[in-house]
Amino acid sequence: MKRRHLLAASALALGLGAAGAAFADDPLKVGFIYIGPVGDHGWTYTHDQARLEVEAHFGDRVETSFVESVAYGADAERVMTQMALSGVEMIFATSFGYGPDVNAVAGRFPNVAFEHATGYIQEHPNVSLYNARFYEGRAVIGHIAGKMTETNTVGYIASFPIPEVVMGINSAFLHARAVNPDVQFRVVWVYSWYDPAQEAAAAEALIEQGADILMQHTDSTAPVTIAQDRGIYAFGQASDMTAFAPESHLTAILDEWGPYYIARVQEKLDGTWEAGSVWHGIGDGMVGFAPMNEAIPEDVRAEAEAMIEAIAAGEYHPFTGPINRQDGTPWLAEGETAPDGDLLGMGFYVEGMTGSVPN
Amino acid sequence: MIDLSSINPVVLAAALMVAATPILLAAIGELVVEKAGVLNLGVEGMMITGAVTGFAVAVMTRDPYLGLLAAAFGGAAISLLFALLTQVMMANQVASGLALTLFGLGFSALLGQGFVGVSPPRTAKLDFGFLSDLPILGPILFRHDPMVYVSLALVAGVWYFLNYTRGGRILRAVGENHEAAHALGYRVRRVRILAIAFGGACAGLGGAYLSLIRVPQWTEGMTAGAGWIALALVVFSSWRPWRVVLGAYLFGGIIVLQLNLQAAGFRIPVEYLAMSPYLVTILVLVIMSSGRARKTLAAPGSLGRPFHATG
Repeated sequence: MKRRHLLAASALALGLGAAGAAFADDPLKVGFIYIGPVGDHGWTYTHDQARLEVEAHFGDRVETSFVESVAYGADAERVMTQMALSGVEMIFATSFGYGPDVNAVAGRFPNVAFEHATGYIQEHPNVSLYNARFYEGRAVIGHIAGKMTETNTVGYIASFPIPEVVMGINSAFLHARAVNPDVQFRVVWVYSWYDPAQEAAAAEALIEQGADILMQHTDSTAPVTIAQDRGIYAFGQASDMTAFAPESHLTAILDEWGPYYIARVQEKLDGTWEAGSVWHGIGDGMVGFAPMNEAIPEDVRAEAEAMIEAIAAGEYHPFTGPINRQDGTPWLAEGETAPDGDLLGMGFYVEGMTGSVPN
Repeated sequence: MIDLSSINPVVLAAALMVAATPILLAAIGELVVEKAGVLNLGVEGMMITGAVTGFAVAVMTRDPYLGLLAAAFGGAAISLLFALLTQVMMANQVASGLALTLFGLGFSALLGQGFVGVSPPRTAKLDFGFLSDLPILGPILFRHDPMVYVSLALVAGVWYFLNYTRGGRILRAVGENHEAAHALGYRVRRVRILAIAFGGACAGLGGAYLSLIRVPQWTEGMTAGAGWIALALVVFSSWRPWRVVLGAYLFGGIIVLQLNLQAAGFRIPVEYLAMSPYLVTILVLVIMSSGRARKTLAAPGSLGRPFHATG
């Protein structure tokens, strides 16, 4: 107990020192915490690329720091507390599970601006939420897959059965079905965001079942590598994975956090930052695409690009009725688009999907 | 509705052997270390170090076998850090092992920075002539990459060494009762350092199997807990080499089987199956930390205890 007090006291003293030294001309300190390693070439990698964009954009006016592979819970709370004490005025917490930790720390440091990715807990006026509409990207790759599969079997490597992942499967499936009534999706849940060996084994199991196109909602580059080895196609995740599978990588849904980070840091610099909650898609530039592979036929690419434009312009919503649930009960009526609340709580497959969402 | 024949048992059995090989390699090395009375929890760190050194050397020389060799050296080299801490400086083995894992993960990320997105040279699958063409047995047993056979040969070698050679008996004596072994004139510290290096080499090979053959690519943290499963396997097998094979194939089997069942559309409680290797691992580590349970499992008598040569 005693030692903990001592630590807290010294940390506080350090913090006070830092706060006292924070003159107006000092750079704005911005901290980032990541759930994985910056070299995962997936989720965390994209956030770190955005951090570098912030640095390049603001130069001397901003100073960034990051801590990688931070576990949810006590670790995250400790890291963010440490950041706040050392004079960081803005913290990007870039994973869903940091929610409770962000809010706990935000309560103690009302002057620090917190930006929490993909979260939903907002207990303090200094906690802001942001998320990307990845399902918009999945609609496009679903369309391409539906057109290109010859075995009519698409393999899907899924991480955890949470709404984010389920809505991605549904979006991809609906758009594959729309252009190919015989297409089937086979889903394998690996219960991990990042486990290359497991993801590789899942890819092989799916290929064994006849899949000739793979999609993934996990962060490693293993599935596209296996696809390249076995001579089938695959879509990358989060960042451009072409280098890992030059022939097989059709395109990838990109996480583009940079523009949002730059805008928010600018607001913080201007003193106009306010907590909000945004869910940006292709139109806002938060969801993008890696270069399309030559293997995609000309007409399919044109259709995909038209769909990207329509979604970006707000003319088309990937979840537009009529859509039934898997059990046949109606979900969206003709012409109706999915309310955000339905999507964010999505725990069911749409009609035509085989298998079931694990509990 | 679901076609059971959609899963090909031959393909499944072959995939199982491949999935089990990295943990088998790491576990057989750790078995020797523990038989010598040392508990090295740094398997994960040594595996990932092997994965990156093997990958780097294979890419630079365009020779996967040189890569595997380098991985063994890399794993052994980093394990000597642990040996230095625990055998020379008498540091706590549990803490040093955990530190080795953390160090290995960070160090490998640093070393591997230039190798992300690079494609390694491939290892060919072996062809045993008519054996490989046998129906059923051919694809299951005789069409793998060489490391699958190397891992089994290593197990056989370790089994023979521990049971039928003088060196093996000395190693076991050191692990069972280091005071007595010391009194008999055996060099406890030297035996242990050699065992630790052997364990490191095996773990390094296991890691390189992942980065060069199984996945084949380098990404940070790619072992993703395989080292911990290997550690648990050693206890699970109650320190017997052939049981390690059984355990590794069982664990590899669970992983491959559940993925294949899912891909084939079976309704199975995936979450429990996916968790099971880790649950068993946690359970085993809990058991390991209790002295009484350890005794009933026939653990080496001096396992994890520091040795001070007193006169």
